[in-house]
Amino acid sequence: MRRPSLIIGGLMLVTAFFWSTPFLWTLVASFRPQSAGGIGMASLVPDYVPTLGHFKEAFETGDFGVYYVNTAIVAFGILAVQIVTISLAGYAFARLSFPGRDFIFYVFLLQLMLVPPILIVPNLRTIVDLGLYGSLLGVMAPYFASAFGTFLMRQTFRQIPRDFEEAAVIDGAHWWQTLWHVLLPMAKPGLIAFSLVSLMAHWNEFLWPLMVLNEPSTQTLTIGLASFALGTEGGREWGLLAAGTLLVMFPLLALFAVFQRQFVNSFMFAGLKG
Amino acid sequence: MTSVAAAQTPPIDIAGRPRRTLRVRLARRTWPYLLLAPSLVLLAAFTYLPIARVAWESLHDRPHGTAKSLFVGLGNYAALFHDKAFIQSVINNLIYAVGTVPPSMALALLFALALQSSSRINAMLRAILLFPSMVPLVAAASLFFFIFLPGVGLADYYLAKIGVRGFNWLGDPDIALWSLIAITVWKNAGYYMLFYLAGLQTLPGEVLEAATIDGANGWQRLRHVIVPLLAPTTAFVLVIALINVLTQVDHVIVLTKGGPSNSTKLVLYYIFEQAHENFAAGKAAAASLLSVAFLLAMSIVSLKTMERGAHAAS
Repeated sequence: MRRPSLIIGGLMLVTAFFWSTPFLWTLVASFRPQSAGGIGMASLVPDYVPTLGHFKEAFETGDFGVYYVNTAIVAFGILAVQIVTISLAGYAFARLSFPGRDFIFYVFLLQLMLVPPILIVPNLRTIVDLGLYGSLLGVMAPYFASAFGTFLMRQTFRQIPRDFEEAAVIDGAHWWQTLWHVLLPMAKPGLIAFSLVSLMAHWNEFLWPLMVLNEPSTQTLTIGLASFALGTEGGREWGLLAAGTLLVMFPLLALFAVFQRQFVNSFMFAGLKG
Repeated sequence: MTSVAAAQTPPIDIAGRPRRTLRVRLARRTWPYLLLAPSLVLLAAFTYLPIARVAWESLHDRPHGTAKSLFVGLGNYAALFHDKAFIQSVINNLIYAVGTVPPSMALALLFALALQSSSRINAMLRAILLFPSMVPLVAAASLFFFIFLPGVGLADYYLAKIGVRGFNWLGDPDIALWSLIAITVWKNAGYYMLFYLAGLQTLPGEVLEAATIDGANGWQRLRHVIVPLLAPTTAFVLVIALINVLTQVDHVIVLTKGGPSNSTKLVLYYIFEQAHENFAAGKAAAASLLSVAFLLAMSIVSLKTMERGAHAAS
């Protein structure tokens, strides 16, 4: 028994190292001083005195500060509206009975399958018609409702015993007071799971913002990084590209380090992203 | 997934209170719909109406410089299927699916099997394998931009040390699609591993023990016990993987722009290009509607498979 498990362990170590080489390279290259002709930039060995020069340059030439702000506005703006819409809809599906409930629920579920990227062409037309072309609001609008989030909140609310709400109702609380003061605090695990998935999906998104945004001042991190990558094509600025990539990934990796367990759980929940 | 739409729990009894005014009663009736209204309006605006719009646009054409749309029947579809670039993109997407889905799922299962016992080192290795799925596809692409750089990139730098050289990873039409496939497998295998890890936890231990007692070796247990029991997980991962195949083209945009000579053009990139660069709205709409139809058909089939798988496993 001992021997095979040692071999498997060794193989997994090698695989994990191999898997992580792109990240190791980014880390090593982003702190490597600029060298003539980019020779040796591919080395994974940090045989140099680290420098922050590439990061400084990324902020100066790439406007990474603006990209960060824009990306944060998009990701957190979407999340804020989503929390309102999915809580209301999740509450309605979990706690109320009304004609057509099951049918409407199926209408919601259908959206789980019709992932937004497929509809970029007509959605762009809608955004133009609404006068939102080029604005961050235009990037956010298609995501304000989330079938996945509604589904998740419905499940979460249904796991909460009714006694709590009934006590609140007897005390004369309105439905929104019970929702706000009783149900939502108890639904926190579900909300956190959804928030992580939503933030990550929209922090990482590229194609849709690329289509909607048309000015440098409104660009997001992923668009900035892409134009950065295309701009370094000819040159020796690999350290700069590595630093830029690290800047885009860093918040996610930090979030992952803090919320590792919730992340894994919400990933499992999600499957189909919010 | 079967219990999704069922409404088991009874609603709060709000009917028992006497002497309500008409206004209050009307409010009670309508407020579930008011709660749903924000979501429904948004879903309609950005999911359901767009499908109708795409369907309408796919049957119409608006020649340059005119404001009026002409009904052209299936003309756009005919044009689509006569467009070599579209046919090529469908073929590419099929190769891409075959190249990415089975390998990343097989790797995911192997990773999960190797790392399923909980120990500190396994947790760390799992996190490392999961990392690629957390970063934006654009970031992954910009890393691989350098890795695949001919001559001085990471791949060639280390391959040269063992005497292998001369690949033009992204510039050779025969290789470029496979380079993108490699990125995709690298990025997704760890994510799918999560589902297999969860699936493995639900396996009944006694079945595995029984198989071991009966003298089944590791391979036989995997082949005849573990894989069949994991069928529901596999079906679920397969859906996600196939959706990814159709909906993720960020790396194509950053790395190859569909080239060289259309060899990496995937369907969604083709749609993006028609709409964004060629302004061929009709063809883009026709291709979009076909994609929507494909996604729906696939979802229905896989949901059915999943239900059957769940029954077989229980």
